[in-house]
Amino acid sequence: MRVGSTFNVAFRALRRNKLRSVLTALGIIIGVGAVIAMVGIGNGAKAQVEAQIASLGQNVILIFSGSTTSSGIRTGWGGAGTLKIEDAEAIRREVPGVAGVSEEVVSTTQVAAGNQNWFTRIYGESADYFDIRQWPLADGAPFTPQDVRSANKVCVIGRTTATQIYGNEDPVGQILRIKEVPFTITGVLTPKGLSPQGVDQDDIVIMPYTSAMKRVIGGTNLRNINVQIGDARQVEAAQQQIIALLRQRHNIRPGRDDDFTVRNQQEIAEAATATSRVMTLLLGAIAGVSLVVGGIGIMNIMLVSVTERTREIGVRMAVGAHGTDILTQFLIEAVTLSSVGGVIGIICGIGASRILSAYAHWPTLISLSSILIAFLFSAAVGVFFGFYPARQAARLDPIEALRYE
Amino acid sequence: MNNGAVVKLIDVHKVYRTGEMEVPAVRGVSLDIRRAEFVALMGASGSGKSTLMNILGCLDRPTSGRYFLDDADVSGLDRDRLADIRNRKIGFVFQNFNLLPRTSARENVELPLLYNVQRLTNAQLREKADRVLASVGLVGREDHHPSQLSGGQQQRVAIARALINDPEVVLADEPTGNLDSRTSIEIMGIFQQLNERGITIVMVTHEQDIASYAQRNVVMRDGIVLSDRVVTQRSAAEAELEKAARSTSEEDRGVGPH
Repeated sequence: MRVGSTFNVAFRALRRNKLRSVLTALGIIIGVGAVIAMVGIGNGAKAQVEAQIASLGQNVILIFSGSTTSSGIRTGWGGAGTLKIEDAEAIRREVPGVAGVSEEVVSTTQVAAGNQNWFTRIYGESADYFDIRQWPLADGAPFTPQDVRSANKVCVIGRTTATQIYGNEDPVGQILRIKEVPFTITGVLTPKGLSPQGVDQDDIVIMPYTSAMKRVIGGTNLRNINVQIGDARQVEAAQQQIIALLRQRHNIRPGRDDDFTVRNQQEIAEAATATSRVMTLLLGAIAGVSLVVGGIGIMNIMLVSVTERTREIGVRMAVGAHGTDILTQFLIEAVTLSSVGGVIGIICGIGASRILSAYAHWPTLISLSSILIAFLFSAAVGVFFGFYPARQAARLDPIEALRYE
Repeated sequence: MNNGAVVKLIDVHKVYRTGEMEVPAVRGVSLDIRRAEFVALMGASGSGKSTLMNILGCLDRPTSGRYFLDDADVSGLDRDRLADIRNRKIGFVFQNFNLLPRTSARENVELPLLYNVQRLTNAQLREKADRVLASVGLVGREDHHPSQLSGGQQQRVAIARALINDPEVVLADEPTGNLDSRTSIEIMGIFQQLNERGITIVMVTHEQDIASYAQRNVVMRDGIVLSDRVVTQRSAAEAELEKAARSTSEEDRGVGPH
């Protein structure tokens, strides 16, 4: 019944000490603003990583050739040469739910056209690759299954390679010399940006894996096989079937280790986002500390305020205020400071992350939930740190308070 | 029991405990104050008059004895009930005014209404406060802060605050202690006017000439009532003010009494 009046009383008291109110709220403003901006940065980084992982393609299973040890030197994944073209064909044939398979060989080499040359990565793939990676062409057309069967001297190139070699010229139809072999460029890929590992994915030449094996890299071993499954629910089962199939094909007895590694996109995504999740937590925790410091600031000011306003409290009690009225008044003052500070802090935090996005080109993502949590937390800070001073005020003896100098 | 007494104290004692020691401050005071009386409570410091004032103001409870305010026994009430009694039945005027700083005269006067059981709208609060401020001669000062008002004006704001809830009794603790003599007389003038309107006033003072504006003087010493007498030669504030005005104008003309 009296709460309405008490709000009135508390707001009047805050208005009376404008500068102090603003300075007290400032602690919370900075705290909440920091939390919003930091979590925004962390979430933005996470979202970016997730987007990059998604750019690997949907429902993709990656099979890497195993490592081998020769004279004590271990080659790393793909070095063992255990994956054969026939393995890929068996997967295409025998594993249910497979939407696409791309045999992959990788090399780096110098490419040239006219008087320009450039050191870039050569990927040998099947014609399915562009669907698997969801990587459409910006210009021209991809190579065809027929090109793969015939090991034709055709390729598509990434945006970076195109710019480095041809500048503003249209590369489609031009001849690119790769290890002195002339390849016809059939298309240019849409830019994909950096990979989760920070590699420029557009610095690339993609050609039929058959052409790569025969004319550029040599050898008949695949570094890896990219498999796309049509239905997300079948990925797990397909992964198990691929492992079983390859073990059988490679004559691996039960109990022996695989000579290949199978990863699905989900696992890769989890590994990659774990880092940014930790970063988000860390940033949030650091910003949270400043919120707690802001809360202590409120408690500090409220305690000073109770001492300084002892006479005022005495007068209020003399004219009929109950202890609970005083308690509520000081609590409302504290919560008002912290929640108004919280709202301003949210606005500042959003502003700060906008500025970071615009000038530092950091991706930021502010979710509604982080705004709500920040607001509720700041209000809770007000209650928590306001309660002790408010109780001190409510417990004052009116006679002592009136006599206080 | 009711003989028109709005305040009735029966054998009131107050003992303070300081560690092991028991210090009696009031040692058996019985006192009746009738409606529309103007009583001055006098005594040296340590006489127990402040303690008695705190009990009268329901800020403190007697250790023993009974206190009837407006026929209701208030001696055994808890903190919150006493706060309600103070809000509805008692108006306080303090020596140092005790106005809230950086707060307009109007908002200071509204203060007791905010703790009233009855909720008023801001417009009603304002209207009521302005009316009481006008009755103590502060028309046009409603928006002034205490720092923009003279001591006398501040005390008038405090009196308006004491009157806002139509109390049974106004308790004034050395109301002229911080004021010059002329302003003191003005404040006494207001008290006498209020008293003529039927308001009961109890005023603590140690100044004999201020006490002479009251109808009745109660003198305390060592926690008991030493004397309780009707003022025979009562000062009238209006006449005193006229006298003072006349003497200053004579001084201006250089024909002062000295």
